[in-house]
Amino acid sequence: MSGSKNKTTQSSAFEKKLNDFFIMIAGLWQFQWQFVKQIFFPPYEIEQIRKHMDELGIKTLPIVSVTGFIIGLVITMQMHPVMVRFGAEAFLPGAVGISIVRELAPVITALIFAGRVSSGIGAELGSMRVTEQIDAMEVSGVNPFKYLVSTRIFACTFILPILTVYVIFIAFLGAYIAVVLVQNMTYQYFIDSVIKSVTFGDAIPGVLKTFAFGFIVGIVGSYKGYTATNGTEGVGKAATTAVVVSSLMILIFDMVLVKVTLWLWPAV
Amino acid sequence: MNKVIEIKNISKSFGSLNVLRDISLTVDEGENMVVFGQSGTGKSVLLKCIVRLMEPDSGEIFIDNKDVLAMDLKQLNDLRKDFGFLFQGAALYDSMTVRENLEFPLIRHFDFTPEERETKVKSVLEKVSLEEAIDKMPSELSGGMKKRIGLARSIIIDPKLMFYDEPTTGLDPITSKEISLLILELQKSLKMTSIIVTHDLLCAEIIADRAIMLNDGVIMKEGSISDLKSSQDPFLRNFFSNEIIQEHNRRN
Repeated sequence: MSGSKNKTTQSSAFEKKLNDFFIMIAGLWQFQWQFVKQIFFPPYEIEQIRKHMDELGIKTLPIVSVTGFIIGLVITMQMHPVMVRFGAEAFLPGAVGISIVRELAPVITALIFAGRVSSGIGAELGSMRVTEQIDAMEVSGVNPFKYLVSTRIFACTFILPILTVYVIFIAFLGAYIAVVLVQNMTYQYFIDSVIKSVTFGDAIPGVLKTFAFGFIVGIVGSYKGYTATNGTEGVGKAATTAVVVSSLMILIFDMVLVKVTLWLWPAV
Repeated sequence: MNKVIEIKNISKSFGSLNVLRDISLTVDEGENMVVFGQSGTGKSVLLKCIVRLMEPDSGEIFIDNKDVLAMDLKQLNDLRKDFGFLFQGAALYDSMTVRENLEFPLIRHFDFTPEERETKVKSVLEKVSLEEAIDKMPSELSGGMKKRIGLARSIIIDPKLMFYDEPTTGLDPITSKEISLLILELQKSLKMTSIIVTHDLLCAEIIADRAIMLNDGVIMKEGSISDLKSSQDPFLRNFFSNEIIQEHNRRN
């Protein structure tokens, strides 16, 4: 009797989660269309976009710098013994360079950006929602979606590629230091090897996909915050779920985009 | 008198809960209409439906003879430029200073020079007696100060229509009286039409020209404050008297 009751409760909880999931997908789709419809029409809110790009860039710079450096360093140290085993030590800078440019820098930067920014946007907009600041803006004849949401999505979409290019260079610095530590290679040889191995065909897809990742971070954070309910508890939930959903979506989209970019810019 | 707001048969539900049921109401030009009711009876929902922060399930709303529910977003935003709305928690933009909060509607809707904006900001701050708060952040203000700044932000655009959602809730009796007198003074000097949602009897007695009592999603009584207070309806008698307290004291 109680077993069947438990099963019913579990099944209704599952139904609710599934229902929430589809509501979120529909909401994100609607947000995306609203963004596209509104961003091309005046007022353009250039000042807000500039402000958000400044804030988001500065907010994320220290953590992506440290992470980029460590990733470059660690991946080189990990790959060195493997390359030695196969007698391919000379290819180490090239292999590391390609890994960083094609995959590691874009995805790691996007995931850190999601953790730092998506939660921030979720909490900020969520707090504005529950304290009626968004309603106050709306009732004063200002379009809050355009002023608060579109500007943030736009800023995220364009600041993440810039951060990614920066992280690529910082990761190269980490990789060079590791190469010097394990292999005693000259700076000139390292640079030459990287330049010879990493082509524009490697860099373009890596950087291009970060536009999509930035858009995901912006739209998920904004959606979760803008639709927050239930007071401070709702704000916390918006911030947490924004990180989880945007990180997951970045990884899922990366899987799809890898296939697309390899088709457009083959690695061999 | 011109009818400024006309509400016809508005209903609004949340799931199975019918918050407003077939509400009809008119507010004349320059009138202060007070909406009474217990917590959760749909007073704020009614206010939000009028300014279309919420969409009613059925009914019609006319402001200055314009059908509010039939408007597209652009028309609605143009109409809203004549609205002032004081929220229960003041809803000041917490990332902006008091000055930026007050300048926000001016920058968005008017072509004032920075000097003209400054004059307007200082003039409304003087009206609410908070000139010294101009460069403070909302987090540095007390509850009463927030309400005053919220009021200043609402009146800076010289609105024709003013909506107050519980303007004195959470304030001490002295500040509450000050805010009520300020609302009355502003209404008289700016000749605004206002709807005030409250359950503060003192506030209502100071500012109301007419009042309605909402109960169970319907208007159970409409008239002057004294009409409502003198009603023999048990609910109204209970609402306006201190019978409950007297009963409690008698039992103890």
